[in-house]
Amino acid sequence: MCAGARWFAIAGLLVATAGARGGERSDAELAYFVRHDCGSCHGMRLTGGLGPALTPEALADKPVGWVRTVILHGVPGTAMPGWRGVMTEDEAGRMAVQLKEQIHENR
Amino acid sequence: MRIVEAMVAVAMTAGLSAALACEQIAPRGTGDLGVVVERAAGRLQLVDTSARTALAAIDGLGDLSHASVVFSRDGRFGYVFGRDGGLSKVDLLCRTVAKRVVQAGNSIGGAISQDGKLVAVANYTPGGVKVFDADTLELRADIAAWYGEGRRAKVVGLEDVAGSRFVFSLFEAGEIWMVDLASGVPVVTRFPGVGREPYDALVTPDGRYYLAGLFGEDGLALLDLWHPERGVRRVLPGYGRGEDRLPVYKMPHLEGWALAGRFAYLPAIGRHEVLVVDIDTWQEAARIPVAGQPVFVMARPDGRQVWVNFAPPDNALVQVVDTETRTLVSTLEPGRVVLHLEFTARGEAVWISARDDDRVIVYDTATLLPLATLQADKPSGIFFASRAFRIGL
Ligand code: HEC
Repeated sequence: MCAGARWFAIAGLLVATAGARGGERSDAELAYFVRHDCGSCHGMRLTGGLGPALTPEALADKPVGWVRTVILHGVPGTAMPGWRGVMTEDEAGRMAVQLKEQIHENR
Repeated sequence: MRIVEAMVAVAMTAGLSAALACEQIAPRGTGDLGVVVERAAGRLQLVDTSARTALAAIDGLGDLSHASVVFSRDGRFGYVFGRDGGLSKVDLLCRTVAKRVVQAGNSIGGAISQDGKLVAVANYTPGGVKVFDADTLELRADIAAWYGEGRRAKVVGLEDVAGSRFVFSLFEAGEIWMVDLASGVPVVTRFPGVGREPYDALVTPDGRYYLAGLFGEDGLALLDLWHPERGVRRVLPGYGRGEDRLPVYKMPHLEGWALAGRFAYLPAIGRHEVLVVDIDTWQEAARIPVAGQPVFVMARPDGRQVWVNFAPPDNALVQVVDTETRTLVSTLEPGRVVLHLEFTARGEAVWISARDDDRVIVYDTATLLPLATLQADKPSGIFFASRAFRIGL
C-alpha cells in the first residue's frame, strides 16, 4: 500500500466520524428513511418485497404500538431486523404512526 | 379548420421528430454504454463510460426500487426488471422504451439466456419465474414456485447458465430449482433442503457453479452445474461460529463473482467481515475485517482488488481490499448512501452511486482518485452493456 492510499484511508474515516448525525430525525427525514431504507425490503412504495406490504390497508388491524415494537425489536427468526440501534423509541413511534396514516406519497 | 390543421401539423412534427430522433443520433457502438437507475424517478440515465457523461434520460419505467438490467447479446437493448413487475426493453441506440409489459405484482430481477433468446424474471408475488421471448416479450413459460401445501415461495438469485437453462432459489422453501427450456416446455429439476432462506445467488464466470447465500443460517449452498446429479452441497457451514449476528439492515447481494485466483470473496451476513473461500476445496481461507456489514463485494475484473460497500449505518463508505495481501488499502467516502458499484469491462474505472447525494462518482481504480461526477436523481443500480457478454450476471 502506498503512502497516498493510507492517507486516503485515514481521511475517509475522519469524514465518517464527523458525518455521524446527532439529534432526532424530523418527520420528513423519517418518511424518507421509510421509503428508501425500509423500502429495500418492503418496496420503495411499501407495497411489499422480501417483507410484506406496509401500506395503511395492510397494517389496518395492527395497532400503532405493535408496529412500533416490531420496528424497534424486529421479528426474531426472520429477516426483519430490530432498528433500536439506529433510531430512538420516539422515532419508531412516529414512524409507526406515519405508516398507519399513509403520509407517504407516490404510492 | 385552423385548429385541426394545427393539430395535424403538431402530430406530424411530433411523429417526425420521434422517428428522426433515432436517425439523428450518430452511428456508434454500445460496448461502452451503460445505464444508471434513478429509482425514485422511475427513469434510467444512459451513460457513456468512455466520455464519462450522461447521454439521455429514458423515462416511464415504473417503480425501479431494486431494479436491475441485463443486455441483449448485440448490446443494443437493456431489459429492465422493475419492482412493480414491469419488464421493459430499452433501446440504447434510439434511447427509447422499445417494449414494456407488466408481468407480475412484485419482482426482483432477471436473466437472459446464453443464446440471448429468452429473458426470465424472478417474481415475489406471485412467487415464480416467467420466461419471455427476448424479441417480442411474449410469454414463453410460467413456472410457479410451489412448496409445502400449496404455498408460493419468493424467487431470488435467478441466473442464466449454459444451455437454455436458468437456476433460481426459493426463499421460504429453501430449495434451488433448475429449469431447462431447450424443448420449449420447461423441465424443472428441484433441489430441496439446501438450507434456510437462500437470499441471492451468483454463478462463477465460467458458468460452472451456482452459489446461493443463506440468510436463515450461516453458510452457502453450492450446485455444480457440470454435475447437477451430485446435488447441492453446503459451503462454509456455521461461519458465524454460533455468535450472535448483528441486525441486518440491508440484504447483501451476491451479484458478480469476486474471484481472485482461486479465492472468492463473499459478504458475511450480520458481521463486519468479508469471507474468503478457496474454490478448489470450498473451505474458508480467511476473513477480512471491514468497516461494516458488506452488501456488494465486487472484484476489479483483473481480480487484484475487491471493492466493498456496506449496509446502514456504514453506507457512506467504500473499502478497497488488495487481494494479494488481503489487506485494506483504502477507505473511500463517495457520498451518502452508496448503493452500487460497477466496473468498466477492463476495470480501469469503477462507477459508484451515492443515493442521498444524488450523484454517481467515477473512480480511477489505479490511483483510487475520482475522475468524474455525474448528477443523478437518487441513483441506485449501475449496469454496463458489457454485461451482455458474460454469463450469470
Ligand atoms: C432486511 C430486510 C428488511 C428491512 C430493511 C426492513 N424489514 Fe420490515 N420486515 C422484513 C420481513 C422479512 C418481515 C416479515 C417478518 C415475518 O415473517 O413476520 C418484516 C415485517 C415487518 C413488519 C410487520 C408487518 C406485518 O404485517 O407483519 C413491520 C411493521 C415492518 N417490517 C416494518 C419495517 C420498517 C418500518 C422498516 C424500516 C425501518 C423495515 N421494516 C425494514 C424485512 C425487512
